[in-house]
Amino acid sequence: MRIFGLSFKVIKTLLTTQYAYMLEYRIEIALWALSGVLPFIMFSLWSQNDVGNSFGLNDIGLARYFLSAFLVRQFSVVWVVFSFEEDSLSGRLSPYLLQPLHPLFRYVASHLAEQATRLPFAIAIAITFFILNPSSFWLPSLPQLFLAYLSTHFAFTIAFLLQSLVAALCFWTEKSSALERLIFVPYLFLSGLLVPLSAFPPNVLKVAMLTPFPYLINFPAKILSGMPVDIFNGFLAQILWISILVPSVNILWKLGVKRYTAMGA
Amino acid sequence: MRRYFKTIRLFWSTAFASQLEYQLNFLIELLAMLGTLLGSVFILSLFFTGGRQLGDWTWESALVIQGVYTFLDGLTNALLRPNLTEIVNYVREGTLDYVLLKPIDSQFWLSVNKFSFAGLPEIILGLSIVFWAAIQSGSSFSIYSLFVFIISLLIGFIILYSVWFLIAASSIWFVKTWNATEVLRALLAAGRYPISAYPIILRFIFTLVLPVAFLTTFPAEAILGELKFNILFFGLILSSLFFIFSRLFWKFALKHYTSASS
Repeated sequence: MRIFGLSFKVIKTLLTTQYAYMLEYRIEIALWALSGVLPFIMFSLWSQNDVGNSFGLNDIGLARYFLSAFLVRQFSVVWVVFSFEEDSLSGRLSPYLLQPLHPLFRYVASHLAEQATRLPFAIAIAITFFILNPSSFWLPSLPQLFLAYLSTHFAFTIAFLLQSLVAALCFWTEKSSALERLIFVPYLFLSGLLVPLSAFPPNVLKVAMLTPFPYLINFPAKILSGMPVDIFNGFLAQILWISILVPSVNILWKLGVKRYTAMGA
Repeated sequence: MRRYFKTIRLFWSTAFASQLEYQLNFLIELLAMLGTLLGSVFILSLFFTGGRQLGDWTWESALVIQGVYTFLDGLTNALLRPNLTEIVNYVREGTLDYVLLKPIDSQFWLSVNKFSFAGLPEIILGLSIVFWAAIQSGSSFSIYSLFVFIISLLIGFIILYSVWFLIAASSIWFVKTWNATEVLRALLAAGRYPISAYPIILRFIFTLVLPVAFLTTFPAEAILGELKFNILFFGLILSSLFFIFSRLFWKFALKHYTSASS
């Protein structure tokens, strides 16, 4: 039994070593978790100014949405382009390329391990949020939780593939992390991290839905918070984006490796 | 004093020469800046749908705040980020030794030795928005209101610089402070909106604990001619305290510096 061409033994080793590595950086990871407070700042603005009413959203619904957006972001955040750029410029990539394992899998494992380390901090922040806003407390039903879990993983996959595309550009230019800003800016405004997308004017919403960004936060967060959402089409779009991005990353990577000059080695 | 100005001129002209090599970077920064501005104005506009106001600020006056935020963000990208995020590397690689040996104040050297010109368009655009939106909201400038505006911007920048420097200086003990700056950046984003739009507890925190209000809301009130004199006075004291504290903290941190790899 193999998954993505990897045996269980390889997967287990990758995940356990990366998890052990991440446990060393618990304080840093707690700070990363804290740096995701943006949805809470936005929530305080929305509820204080009673903006939700204009869009048919009540305070409890908004509180749940923004908490869900925070949680989805915690488990779909990606930084592969930064690790990759560092490894590429320092020459650490060369031994990785020699191994019979695609280097990207190593980064996938480190992201998953980091998510596991993050879990207790994210739960602590969620509990604090409920203590401050007790009326917003809710427990999603099991199917809801399962679908939200699945769509968050898909969201992570899309975000990871998008950044891998940019990371692969490292083979051509030394500063591809600067290019990451060009993905981050539309992500920030179109993903639903700052406002639920249902508050967008219809024509802006139409354009936004053509990009992958709403499926990174808005879609999973709506499932988790129990807002009405088209589950079938949402998952379809997520799978569609993944099936477009996987071959693109593959092709760009193969072209790039041929140009690899082993900097710093 | 003249020596310091001359040093800055030398620093920044070499920075300019070396950045001409990365013109593509400049273009990317420009695109990212325009995208960010477009996005934030769009999000802001959502708060005003249906003729609402945001914490008794009108649409035009709220745009003044966006302008001040863009201006300070430009200064952060041009000056604070390139310089202060480097301190960690000096500590980790032990090259801080060389900085300390230089016959010039080390905090000065560390704070100004780089300048990223990609931040300039943001600075200019930010100021243009401030003046355009202030005229739109019907404010008539006087020498006095311009003077108060410049003073309050200075207050805001000194506070911003001191907080950044405090975090950067703590890298003497904790080598990884990159994450702490991310937390700071996330909290500073609250400055995109007027302070009166927040719940009472956050208003208190953003005025006294992490004085975001002094960064954007108060300079915007200054150019609109609405800033109370006692707030300006309080800001002067607060920013001096922040700056003095950052200096004392740096001196204290240096006593604990043990150097690396030497």
